[in-house]
Amino acid sequence: MSAGVGVDLENLWIRFGDFVAVRDANVNINGGDFFSFLGPSGCGKTTILRAVSGFLEPSEGNVLIGGNNMKGIGPNKRPTALIFQNLALFPLMKVWENITFSMEIKGASSAERRKRADELLEMIALPDQGDKLPSELSGGQRQRVAIARALCAEPDVLLLDEPLSALDLKLRQHMRTELREIQKRVGITFIYITHDQGEALTMSDNIAVMRAGVIDQIADGKTIYNDPATAFAASFVGENNVFRGKIKRVMGNEALIATNRSGDLVARISTANQGKMKEGDDAMMFIRPEALAIAPDGATGDHFVTARVNHEEFEGNAFNIFTEGDGGKEIKVSLPNLGQSFEDHTGQIITLEYETRNAVLVPAGELAAE
Amino acid sequence: MNNSFLRISIWVYLAIFFAYLLGPLVIMSVTAFNSSGFPRMSPWECLTFQWFGELFQDQRILNGIKNSLIIGAGTVVLSVAMGLAGALLLTQIWPKLRATYYTIIIAPILIPGVVLGISTLVFWDRINRMLGLGADSFLSNGIFLTVIGQSTFIASYCMLVLVARLQRYDIALTEAALDLGATHAQAFRKIMLPFMRPAIASAAVLAFLASFENYNTTTFTFGEYPTLTIELAQKVRYGITPAISALAFIIVALTVFFALLNEAKLKRQELVAAARKQATVEELAGKIRLPSFFAGNMAAVLLVMFAVATITVVGTATAYNPAQCIADVREQKQLEAETRIQKLRQLREERRKQREAEEAEQGDVQSTPKPSNNSGFGNVFAPNALDGDDGDGASDAENPPSNNGGSGGVFDPNSLQGDQ
Ligand SMILES: Nc1ncnc2c1ncn2[C@@H]1O[C@H](COP(=O)(O)OP(=O)(O)OP(=O)(O)O)[C@@H](O)[C@H]1O
Ligand SMILES: [Mg+2]
Repeated sequence: MSAGVGVDLENLWIRFGDFVAVRDANVNINGGDFFSFLGPSGCGKTTILRAVSGFLEPSEGNVLIGGNNMKGIGPNKRPTALIFQNLALFPLMKVWENITFSMEIKGASSAERRKRADELLEMIALPDQGDKLPSELSGGQRQRVAIARALCAEPDVLLLDEPLSALDLKLRQHMRTELREIQKRVGITFIYITHDQGEALTMSDNIAVMRAGVIDQIADGKTIYNDPATAFAASFVGENNVFRGKIKRVMGNEALIATNRSGDLVARISTANQGKMKEGDDAMMFIRPEALAIAPDGATGDHFVTARVNHEEFEGNAFNIFTEGDGGKEIKVSLPNLGQSFEDHTGQIITLEYETRNAVLVPAGELAAE
Repeated sequence: MNNSFLRISIWVYLAIFFAYLLGPLVIMSVTAFNSSGFPRMSPWECLTFQWFGELFQDQRILNGIKNSLIIGAGTVVLSVAMGLAGALLLTQIWPKLRATYYTIIIAPILIPGVVLGISTLVFWDRINRMLGLGADSFLSNGIFLTVIGQSTFIASYCMLVLVARLQRYDIALTEAALDLGATHAQAFRKIMLPFMRPAIASAAVLAFLASFENYNTTTFTFGEYPTLTIELAQKVRYGITPAISALAFIIVALTVFFALLNEAKLKRQELVAAARKQATVEELAGKIRLPSFFAGNMAAVLLVMFAVATITVVGTATAYNPAQCIADVREQKQLEAETRIQKLRQLREERRKQREAEEAEQGDVQSTPKPSNNSGFGNVFAPNALDGDDGDGASDAENPPSNNGGSGGVFDPNSLQGDQ
């Protein structure tokens, strides 16, 4: 769907005094996309959103909505609607008054507002709840009211600031699908902010991974997960095992790495870094827990790793083995539970194997905090 | 054993505490219904409502009430407006200067009202002169000066009340309103002001009461418009009558009334909120049964009792005529006075005889006049003066300045001359 209104950030810098909250962000968001900013707490996600909605003037650079520069245009004049991190429902207004606040501003009659509120309440599956106060709703219901209130303003771009963070796990998962469905139905651009990689991966068309004010990678979820551009993106999105080392030899899109602990291993250079890495560079190799398997004893080569097992755990859908790893961090191996029997390896030295396409090489860099 | 002792102590303590707090008010209220001309509880003479009548015929008191109401209204408007502006500034605009700003704005509360009164007078007089206006310009008008003077510190009270509420305001609500297309003015009017309404109401009540009872500041600024407190103070200087007790009683009654009314309303809101929370099944069926005004609402019940009592009292007051009782008391007093005068005469006679006898014995020894027991100040301190059953008050009118009248003499300037 490219009918919607796109949003572009051009060389966007935002400073608070000496502190740089957003550093040179360049993002093109297509109209009608579900676009997520994914990053840890305090990395500047809300700050970007506030710049888009107009509560904050960028220190440098531009925000374009539908190709129009938004410089000097206040939040009440922009075609955006923001769903606040804490929802900010008006506590003294009934649900239906909350939802149709944007119509009241424009002077719509009470009957019109009531009608529109009923339609929206129907859409968010809260019929007949219009006369309650926000405080009389549950967390998930409040969430949906906030969405309805924003949609009632008929924005071109809906901005959502971690709207699900206050909900419990079950409800959060339910709301993910619901949000995605609403977005498909109304067809407008959603810009979604989250520090939960599961949310970002399941809902988004495209994701921007942020780290301390810097955007590390912009891509669709599959690419981010399978082909991260930086060590941070690789370690922040999903679980990952890291192997540090120096590049020994580059062979086209693959490379041999002299790892600090596991000998020479082969890996695929991530797409974003192909042609940029050379012999002698510090590098990090990432292998997902589910991409490791137990090899027959005594197997050796450039895609085998030997390590002592620290402990094991049974997770239901998987059986996890934790071995000694690099830099004090354990290597996690996740064997899918397909009904086979698992032996206890605790204390033994085992050999692990992987396929080259599942080992991704990126330049050495900062890892996400656990 | 130990426990029950503790409990009894607590009750005793509470009784003493409340007696201390409310005793003077209760006694003053009771004196409003005693026909005695000086406000007192004992001896009880006759139940009367005459002091209320007298109160409402006193033009100065009525005028004072009127001025107090006008000034109160002005102060409420000015103080709440300034308080709100100050509170907004404190919480929203200068969060960094908060501590300093807070100290400055709170200072007027700590400055004695007398100082504020004088400085208001001096300051506006200067401005008046600077502008070259005459003594009758509005800048030297008593109402204007009093409102301005009182507001200097009442606005600070208002601000404290408003800040407390504002601190719980989530600025994201204003942002949400802006984001949905509201202008700043609309966001203020439709979101922030409704949120502040309860605090504004409290601040207004507080401002009105503070203005109504103010004396220190007003005494310098009232000019031609004395307020009720000023009038009372001036009246008391020339002797106190139970009409003032009647006024006190009315004020106490009104206070209790509004306190009960407020309590009843709050309680009702609570009950309604609780009912709404519980109403799930009925509400789905489209009907919420709200609790009636009285169910579980102690304050409402008291309120009704209060109203019934008021109606009864007013009813009795219009029908009741204590003339006979008053006449009886007067007669009795006259009788008492006469017997006393006779006793006094007898006593004097006896003394005279004794003295004559002595003189006759001692020849022409100089006679030093002894201070007589019923003269001047001595009277006030004489223990029997406290019995207060000598003619005063109501009977004063009949027996002009007998001046041997109880503690009432203290307030009566004539007593200074005494009956020497
Ligand atoms: N008004 C401000 N003044 C100074 N620093 C600020 C201001 N607003 C945000 N910051 C700083 O900017 C950084 C990014 O803040 P931001 O609110 O964008 O984080 P976030 O990514 O939304 O985090 P979270 O997931 O916890 O909401 C933080 O370090 C924060 O301290
Ligand atoms: Mg945030």
